[in-house]
Amino acid sequence: MHPLRKRRLILIIIMIIGVATATGFALTAFNQNLMFFFSPSDVQAGKAPENRLFRMGGIVVDGSVKRSDTNTDVWFDITDNEKAMTVKYSGILPDLFREGQGIITKGKLNAKGEFIAEEVLAKHDENYMPPEVAATMKKKPTEYIKE
Amino acid sequence: MIPEFGQFALIMALIVAVLQTTLPLVGAAKNIPAWISVARPLAQAQFLALSVSFGCLVYIFIQNDFSVLYAANNSNTRLPLEFRISAVWGAHEGSLLLWALSLGVWTSAVAIFSKKVPDVMIARVLSVMGFISIGFILFILVTSNPFERIFPAPLEGRDLNPLLQDFGLIIHPPMLYMGYVGLSVAFAFAIAAMLAGKLDAAWARWSRPWTSIAWVFLTLGISLGSWWAYYELGWGGWWFWDPVENASFMPWLVATALIHSLAVTEKRGSLKAWTVLLAIFAFSLSLLGAFLVRSGVLTSVHSFASDPGRGLFILIFLVLVVGGSLALYAWRASAIKSNTRFSWFSKETALLLNNILLVVATATILLGTLYPLVIDALNLGKISVGPPYFNSVFIPIMVPLVALMGIGVFVRWKQDSIHRLKKHLLAYLAISLVLGTLSTMAMPTFTLGAMIGTTLAWWVVLNMGSSFKQRFKTKAISWDGLKKTPRAIYGMHIAHIGIAVFTVGVTLTSIYSTEKDVLLIPGESYSLAGYDFKFIDSKRIIGPNYEGERAHVIVSKDGVVIADMEPEKRIYTVQRSPMTEAAIDAGLFRDLFVAMGEPRGDKGGWALRLYHKPFIRWIWLGTLIMGFGGLLAATDKRYRKAK
Repeated sequence: MHPLRKRRLILIIIMIIGVATATGFALTAFNQNLMFFFSPSDVQAGKAPENRLFRMGGIVVDGSVKRSDTNTDVWFDITDNEKAMTVKYSGILPDLFREGQGIITKGKLNAKGEFIAEEVLAKHDENYMPPEVAATMKKKPTEYIKE
Repeated sequence: MIPEFGQFALIMALIVAVLQTTLPLVGAAKNIPAWISVARPLAQAQFLALSVSFGCLVYIFIQNDFSVLYAANNSNTRLPLEFRISAVWGAHEGSLLLWALSLGVWTSAVAIFSKKVPDVMIARVLSVMGFISIGFILFILVTSNPFERIFPAPLEGRDLNPLLQDFGLIIHPPMLYMGYVGLSVAFAFAIAAMLAGKLDAAWARWSRPWTSIAWVFLTLGISLGSWWAYYELGWGGWWFWDPVENASFMPWLVATALIHSLAVTEKRGSLKAWTVLLAIFAFSLSLLGAFLVRSGVLTSVHSFASDPGRGLFILIFLVLVVGGSLALYAWRASAIKSNTRFSWFSKETALLLNNILLVVATATILLGTLYPLVIDALNLGKISVGPPYFNSVFIPIMVPLVALMGIGVFVRWKQDSIHRLKKHLLAYLAISLVLGTLSTMAMPTFTLGAMIGTTLAWWVVLNMGSSFKQRFKTKAISWDGLKKTPRAIYGMHIAHIGIAVFTVGVTLTSIYSTEKDVLLIPGESYSLAGYDFKFIDSKRIIGPNYEGERAHVIVSKDGVVIADMEPEKRIYTVQRSPMTEAAIDAGLFRDLFVAMGEPRGDKGGWALRLYHKPFIRWIWLGTLIMGFGGLLAATDKRYRKAK
């Protein structure tokens, strides 16, 4: 083969290998970091993974928020108006976190089946319902009766 | 009357835009001089009409005319004047009008500053920009009219979202939009060149300063957004890989690639087809960003209230622009011939590698941003892709890119040999490794990540210094030599040093930050990274359109008081929305950050968020240096030559 062509071929092969490696890494990282969204009903039904981060969203149940007086721990229930799940979080909740508000949490289930949140997201708009939460709501909020 | 006048001016702008699109295009195709020469005046007329329309909306906000729905929803008589003005672009309708006005500014600037470019070329460029303008003005008039009236008019407005009542938000959107829309100039030049079938070095030289200026705006716009998120959202982070952030970052990455490939096309006449494709991609990603933000398909702090009709409109426009330009590309690409060859070890190859890395990085971000939307649209479940994904794919791509910078500046065009550079590069690598290791040893703990980051930064700075010195024929740096050096050379070196500063900031902040949410009662202290945060007390405050609490925290180190910090928790009275105003003690080597969470218990205790962020200022300092470098490069007078 002509030396110039040979070099060009080597260059192209190196580039293809480079791009393929990058794609490989990207897809692996992608698979490891995909987070699924579940409603409290899904989680109660055992659909959520154990030992893996996932997102759970719903409406904060009125009167369910309990705060520790000695540290920043906080517990609250979120519901899709059918089932509810208790969430434990350590830290400062977002400004727009309040009872009756649609929120999304990110975290894991522990051995006791409690949801330990790493992050709590509330939208900066009081009339806003996260689309994921809106889609999984079982009944209209007015029909909801606390169990 | 003013709202109707504003709307009328907008309709006039639309009519002018239609003329500006059609007449020069036909004129250029059929060679009718009168129709070609009408392009520049029409561009100015459109800009004037858009300015009048925008001015009317500003006037409406200043006058508190709440008979206009948009003003009633986003302003309030108690809002200070500067925020009443910035409220104009605080929500969907007005920000789109600002977008259209930015396009008007760019179009007008192209018409004024491209005197040396042949009239036929400018006619086509302004025609393409006119077409984009038609799309945006129609979008405003059909789906998002800011001049819509409401009857009966409310006595008081609903106020601006408190998050947006901030200096950063006055300038962040205009800068960002100037960047987004500025990419339409390079796009228009590429399309015009394809229409003419004449892609030569002159075309690349005309596009270069425009692309650089747009890139500067985009750099500063994104950076301002990051700075704003840091101090105003109260999260203390500077980048969240939020889909809307990604939507602004992807055009930036492709624009960066475009700047480099334009250099190859201008200097060497190579990579022409690729450069055209990048120009199309850069602007298409801007439009995609607009679609993502405006359609409400994203869950993000940035997305405004959703409206499927708006999303559909932008989607159709996006398909039209991208599809149309790619079809033109497919038709013309075979005619684009790059007439020069280059060896595998040359500046061309280095810049091509830069392009590949940047495009791969963009693709990985695009995947992470769009995949959840596609899965959702197909009803396959709701997923999200978090920051770990973006960090784990983005950083491995950036490391070789930054390493390549140090080599790329030395490699000669067309053909070079490794042997010529080997000695120099190995010596500099060794020095960088030593300096990087020493820098990392000055930090609290030694980590491999910090060593790689600081070594890369030293590598870039040293190589840029050495490369700059090599530009001088004589051994000594003389004043005369400095004056004769073109601005583009300064700009290139400075912008890359900005990357080094940025790299230091990102690396050290990510690795050495300490963050803690604690509950403190008055008189209690908490020690974080060697700093003692003492919570003194919290007092009630009343502002012009809010009320709240202000905490007093004294920070000391080894018994010496360093800072008095007064974070606030505000409730804005109209919307009843709470806001966290963090207190930040900024420094070149570290920031201290205190934000108020919520009151706890009956002893006056507060949950407080305490951060120690080393080197975080370097992130924004780096982007400022990059922007300054870009500005110098864009204003190089060599670009203003005719041929």
